[in-house]
Formats: sequence, C-alpha cells, structure tokens
Amino acid sequence: MIVTLLLISSVTFLLMQKLPGSPYGNEEKLTNVQKAVMNHQYGLDKPVVVQYLYYMVGVAKGNLGVSLQFGNQPVSKIIATRIGPSVQLGIQALIIGTVVGILFGIISARFQNTWLDTSTSLFAILGGSVPNFVFAVLLQLFFAIDLKWLPIGLWDNGFASSILPSLALAITPMADSARFIRTEMIDVLHSDYIELARSTGVDEWTVAFRYGLRNAVIPLITILGPMVASLLTGSLVVEQIFAVPGIGEQFTKSILSNDYFTIMGLTILYSTLLVIVILIVDILYVLIDPRIRLIGGTRDE
Amino acid sequence: MSKTNVQQVPDKYFTLSQQSEAEENIQDTQPVSLSFYRDSWRRIKKNKGAVVSLIILLIILVIAVGSIWFSPHNPDTQQVQYSFLPPKIPGLHINGFNGYAKQAGVWVDVYKEKDVPSSVYFYLGTDQFGRDLLSRLLYGTRISLLIAFSAAFLDLTIGVPYGLISGWLGGKADTIMQRALEIISGVPTLVVVVLMLLIFPPGIPSIIMALALIGWITMARVVRGQTLQIKNQEFILAARVLGQRPVKTVLGHILPNLSSVIIIQTMFTIPEAIFFEAFLSFIGVGMRAPNASLGTLINDGYQTFQFYPHLMWYPALIISLIMIAFNIFADGLRDAFDPKMKG
Repeated sequence: MIVTLLLISSVTFLLMQKLPGSPYGNEEKLTNVQKAVMNHQYGLDKPVVVQYLYYMVGVAKGNLGVSLQFGNQPVSKIIATRIGPSVQLGIQALIIGTVVGILFGIISARFQNTWLDTSTSLFAILGGSVPNFVFAVLLQLFFAIDLKWLPIGLWDNGFASSILPSLALAITPMADSARFIRTEMIDVLHSDYIELARSTGVDEWTVAFRYGLRNAVIPLITILGPMVASLLTGSLVVEQIFAVPGIGEQFTKSILSNDYFTIMGLTILYSTLLVIVILIVDILYVLIDPRIRLIGGTRDE
Repeated sequence: MSKTNVQQVPDKYFTLSQQSEAEENIQDTQPVSLSFYRDSWRRIKKNKGAVVSLIILLIILVIAVGSIWFSPHNPDTQQVQYSFLPPKIPGLHINGFNGYAKQAGVWVDVYKEKDVPSSVYFYLGTDQFGRDLLSRLLYGTRISLLIAFSAAFLDLTIGVPYGLISGWLGGKADTIMQRALEIISGVPTLVVVVLMLLIFPPGIPSIIMALALIGWITMARVVRGQTLQIKNQEFILAARVLGQRPVKTVLGHILPNLSSVIIIQTMFTIPEAIFFEAFLSFIGVGMRAPNASLGTLINDGYQTFQFYPHLMWYPALIISLIMIAFNIFADGLRDAFDPKMKG
C-alpha cells in the first residue's frame, strides 16, 4: 500500500517535470529576472533531485506545497476547504446508488423473467450506458430549469443544492449494484437453505430480505473499490456542471492552468483515497463473512 | 402362434418404424456436430436485444465510415452568417424540424430570417460557426469509434500476452507480475489518463495511448485467470507429454480456448473507451478544435444548451445509443458463449 503511494507520487512528480507550458498565468508580461525570482521563491530553480526530495519529505509531513495559481494558498488548505462538498456528494451518491440498486436487484431477481425484471434490467443498462454528464444535464434541465424545484448549481442552499449532483453521481453505482445484486440474488434464491425457509411458510419478501439479501450483498463489497474510483471520475464533470466548489472542480481547473503542486496534491489525495478504500474492502470482507477466513490464502485464484 | 402374429402385421409398419428411427438418429446427432461458434451464434440469435443492438451498431458503423465519402456538408466549413440554424428536413413540416424555431414564444422561420437559399437544408441544424451539425456528428462518431477501436486493439496486444505469460509461467514470475498489476491498478484511472494527456501533445494518438494504458489491466487479469484454469487440463498435459514447445502450446491450445473470453472483454472495453474519450473531451483535456468527437460536440452543445438544445441532444443521443447497444450486445455475447455465466 505504501509502495503504491510512494510510486504514484514519484511518477506524478516526474511527469510534472515534463509538462509543457509555464505555471505562471501571465507569463508574457514577466521579465526574465522576475521569472528567476519566482522560480527561486517556489524552489523551481533547484536540480530535479533536490526538488523531488524536498517534495517527498513535505508530503510525508502533510505539506503538499503551495498553489502556483490561486493566490499562494497551501495546497493542503485548498483541499481542506473544498473536500467537504465532495465528500458529502460522494457519500450521498454511494448511499442512494447502492440502496436503490439493491432494491432494483432484488425486485429483478424476485420477479425473474417477468416484465418487472425486464424493465428494471433495462433501467440498469440505461443507467450504466448513458454518460453521467448527459444524465447530469438532463436532471439540471428538468428539475432546475423547467420545474424550478431545485437550485441549478452552486453550493449556497445547503442540502437542496446537493440533491441533483448526488443523483447524477448515483446513477453509475446504482446501475452497477442493481446488475450485480440481480445475478447474486438469483443464485442465492435457488439455494437449499432458501428452499427450506420457503417450506416453513415464510412469505417471499421476508425470505428475500432476511435470508437472501445477507448472502447476496457480500460480493457487492468487492465492487466497492471500482465504484469509488468511478465516483471520483464522475465528480469531475458533475461538480463542473453544477458549479460545486469541490475537489473535482478544483482538479479540472488546475489541469487547465498547469498548477503543478495542486495537481500533484490532488493526484496523491485521489490515490490515497482509492488505496484506503481497497484496504477497507479487504478488511470488511473478512469481517462480514467468516467463511473467507477458513478458505484463506486462495485470494489470488 | 407368434410366427403367425408377426405375419399378420403389414409390411409397411416395419419400414415406417425403420425410417423414423433413422430420422431420430439424425436429430440426435445434429446439435452435437455444431461447432462452438455456430452454437453460440444460434443462441445469440434468440436474444432479440442483442440482435437489434448488433444491427444498430452495424448501421452506425457503416454510416460513420460512409460519411468519409458521402457527407451532406463539409464538417469544417464555417459559414458564420448561417450560425445556430434549427434543423430543417425536406418534406417534414413539424415545428422543430422545418427550420422554424421558437423565439419569444412564437415559431419563426429562421432560415428566411438569415437569408438561407430555400434549396439549402441542414438536417440537424448548425452550430455557432454555421457548421452543419449532421456532418460534424458523423465525423465525430467516426473519430470516437476510431479511438475506441484502436484503444481496444492496443488493450489486446498488451493485456493478452501479459495475462498469458503470467498465467502460464505461474510461480514466482506470476507473483511478481500480479503485484505489479496490483500497484498499477491502485492508481485511479482518471489520474493516469489526465497526466498522460497533459504530457503528450494533444491529439488522437495520445488519447488512444492513454486509454489503452488503463484498459489492458482488466484484460490481463481475465486472461491470466482463464489460463490458470485451462493449463491444468488434460489436453494441455497431452501436448506437453508429446513434447510440444511451450510457445506453441500456449498459442495453439490455450489461446483458442480463450478467444470467447477475450472477445467479450473487448466488447466491454470499447464502450468504456468511448465514454472515457467523451468524458475527457467534456472536461477540456481531450480532443482540440477543430477536430470533433462525440465528447467535444456534447461539450460545445452544452455551452449554448439553454437556447439551442438540439446542439447537445443529438450528440448525446448518438453516444447513448452506441453505449447502450454495445453493452446489450456484450451481455448477449457473454450469455451465448458461456450460458453458466449469466449476468
């Protein structure tokens, strides 16, 4: 895990050195002397190796450098002020997505091969296929511009302004989990212990929710990692469309303005997040399903 | 007694029963003689969704490629005096498709307003520079498909050998190769792609490279898993016992058995690549003007979305259609190749 992070930050640093263009926005107006002074101030005039060591030591201490574009703010401060909305959106989207997805999956499996199954499956395919930025624009048009129920964008209306972006983000995890749960649930509903539960006269819904769901949900944890990764990707466009002052929006801005330290800081943040999620998934997996410990060691197959 | 009984039964019964037995034999043996691909094809034909998707994809592919020679207008010609024209289709008199647009609540003939000759039609309207949207859409679809197919092809050339080698060698080599994969897959794909695009000069080749760079990992994993399963089967053992060289065994016996898995995986990578390209172009690091792809068209349309919604709807519709068709077709293929692996 630490190896991964170390590798990522090193590679990011090296790639940054190769970036075309200058990090200073108004480069044409700067004289060579001014440039030299600024390079010196930011430590950009030192040899690459020295810069690298400085940076890595800083990262280890939690100091991600200073933004070259946004008024000399420390990158860690930019992240701190902007992470709130992103985290809120991400968590809301994950909850909406998985809960609705699981419901859809159960309905599909419970009414397998009926029109209900077909329509929920179709919905899942649509959700997984239509790009989330198209979906975000649709939501914006319908609920904010036509119906005027919810704010078009920005982050000044508290919970109300988070609804549309969360929905737009939730569509991918929803589609993923719906399809996943459907397959798992069909398997589980045909197993012996479910037949036994049915034979005791428990009604279908109780069987599905109390006995089936527990086993069907466990494998869902495995796709949690990819899900979070796709949420990160989605947050970039969704935050841009709804003008949410979050990390994703900052990342796009920084890319377009060659803001080295901010890009690197956010890259490291994203990777750390993903690595931590993968780690948590591994731990959760063992905690939730004791059977995995018994067969332990075959994780690779 | 029995002898007379048999004689009483007319001859034709005997011949009849012989015939039907022969027929039964034919019916019994026929499905067995079907090859694997014939069988899969038969199963996929039963899946209506997959067939419709395949047809839609083929139509889009043919039109997109054909538009190299038969484009209604030049996708790059700018006629600023004809900017923001609504769609106009000859013979169709429904508002919204006849050159009329709503201005302050009233339907107005925009073509007349801008002095467009009556013989000129822009089937899907024009954008802010007066470029024909349909021609740009066809061009953009072609570019998007080109990028997606090339990226998927590169995935194959990197991912399949990696998976094959890792799975076949096993042991230490496998462990090292899998650890390397794990480390690489810890990096968010988004970050990789964006960094690649920042470093390489903008353009189609860099986008293809960046997409291939993230796509091959899944392919390598899938191929490795299957190789591990197959290499322990008897026919591989037989090939080894007969003294066949490892390279030949892998290429001649393992690879053909993997083809269905590889095809399915490719079918899932293509829509993913289309999505990622559109995504990159949408946030502004993908294709650069004057090149068009579905992503840039959607992005351009989004800028003027509230006033000229058709500029965004058509590209969005096409990309959704392609994605849906690919996903349904890939699902169908998976079911057809491997009925146990329903999903």
